[in-house]
Amino acid sequence: MRLTFCFLSAFLATQAVALDDPKVPLDDPLKSGMWSYHQINILGDPAKIRFDDRVVVKAPAVAEDSFNVPVLVDATALENVTQMVFLVDYGPIPKILTYWPEQSEPKISFRFKIDQATPVRAAVHTSDGMWHVGSTVIDAAGGGCTAPAVAYAADDWEEHLGKVHGQVWPENGRLRMIVDHPMDTGLADGIPIFIIEDLAVSTPGTKSPLARLRLYEPVNEDPAFTLYFDKATLGTEVSVTGRDNNGNEIDAIIRAAASQ
Amino acid sequence: MIHITRRAVLGAAVGTAASGLAPRTVFANPTSYELKPFSVADGIWMIEGSRDYFSRENGGAIVNCALIDTDIGVLIVDSGPSKKYGEALLDVARGLNGRGAAGVMITHHHPDHFFGNQVFADKPIYALPETRALAASEGDGFADNMYRLLGDWMRGTEPLPPNKDITSSFLTIGGRKLKTLPLAGHTGADLAILDEKTGTLIAGDLAFLDRAPTTPHADLAVWRDALTVMSQQQASSIIPGHGPIDRTGTSLTQTRAYLDWLEATLKRSAGEGLDMVEIMDLPIPEEFSGMGSMPQEFYRSVAHLYPDIERTVMPLSR
Repeated sequence: MRLTFCFLSAFLATQAVALDDPKVPLDDPLKSGMWSYHQINILGDPAKIRFDDRVVVKAPAVAEDSFNVPVLVDATALENVTQMVFLVDYGPIPKILTYWPEQSEPKISFRFKIDQATPVRAAVHTSDGMWHVGSTVIDAAGGGCTAPAVAYAADDWEEHLGKVHGQVWPENGRLRMIVDHPMDTGLADGIPIFIIEDLAVSTPGTKSPLARLRLYEPVNEDPAFTLYFDKATLGTEVSVTGRDNNGNEIDAIIRAAASQ
Repeated sequence: MIHITRRAVLGAAVGTAASGLAPRTVFANPTSYELKPFSVADGIWMIEGSRDYFSRENGGAIVNCALIDTDIGVLIVDSGPSKKYGEALLDVARGLNGRGAAGVMITHHHPDHFFGNQVFADKPIYALPETRALAASEGDGFADNMYRLLGDWMRGTEPLPPNKDITSSFLTIGGRKLKTLPLAGHTGADLAILDEKTGTLIAGDLAFLDRAPTTPHADLAVWRDALTVMSQQQASSIIPGHGPIDRTGTSLTQTRAYLDWLEATLKRSAGEGLDMVEIMDLPIPEEFSGMGSMPQEFYRSVAHLYPDIERTVMPLSR
């Protein structure tokens, strides 16, 4: 009887561990306690996933401004990238951004709000179904997610809502844009979540987008992106469209310097 | 398993590093500041800080302090990064003049310059009115970060704002006449002090020498104006906020050259659509790369200044 009980509890114990384990257990180079949780819950516990040095995540070792932490992710060493997911291990809202580089390079610069020192991950999906994960660590004093947007210090912020500063450099295959938006996380007292959800860039008059983005709460106030393209891809005008969670539309044309 | 020390991270060639979560020393060695005053002019001493950024090795003693002899004791300019530093400073003052500390003057509200104030709570602590206000509103936030960066060195430290406003152009303390220059640019209010007797200019953080200037609250145009005003004082020597004593005025020209380069670099980068991480990878001219706290201070300045600069440089689309 006692023996049966022992076997049973041993069986249950293994089961309990197995339920927490991802399908593909990885040896996280940063030994973070949260990685396997995010592997299951954010990436959907994929059957094919590995840490991969070809996904380069670059960021300053220390976040100087918790509201504007710059990150550059470069996965151009990989072929056939379909999707890039950016997240942090530690933070109240771990998922930052998803990028679909439809006709762009699998490379992007963005900024986000950091709440504490954390690993930052880029999970890059290729068409063969494999997820390739790159990481870095950013130290931070924190607090970036739980403070109100700076915009509210100015009383004309609504007039800027959804306005786009930007430029294309077709000769360098580069697009940079800043979209004015408070990007409220919903974590500051009395301020509900108010964020841009979707952005797409496309060549005016064409249907299929050059690149698409899905933004989450941690993206910085007035989101700023650099997107990278083959030199032949960009014309002198690029259309930026999008929508926030209150239904406000974003619709702007970004131009090359010569055609301003 | 990656194993990288903090020093290796700081030394990484591009300053952007994948670091392991190396454990920090929790139980620090007994901490004490060794402050060595040296005479720079008749009745004026300087304590020179480390040219590095805050660390648990230097205890935050990165700032220059000046000590001015008067008939009623030593007037201390800037009280350092912690209570313990303030206590060490008081010891130094007592060693220089039997009357001890006559009072304190605070050049601006950054934590490495006023967090020793507690020790001098019963003395007059002079500063510009705006500095007093900024120290009151931002002190607690600074303290959080200083405790995080310096740990045990900060024990018992609580930010105490200055208690006496400087509203006149001259201040005479214990028979020593000082010209007070109410400037700004490094922060919203920066005090420079000219000792009438010796012509020594105590520049606060408006002047750096062989140590990269810091910009968390900088307005570059206003800062350049302040440099112009200081260069017109015909100072015999300049005590910069960070770096060695300056006998030739180099601290003013070097600080200006650095700010000019910084702004030009950021504007050009905005014109080329660079992201902050790409700017941090740009080569730093030899003239500036050897300064203390480089390239970390450049990375910090990119974070402080670039978001606003690129908004003004990049066109607004319709």
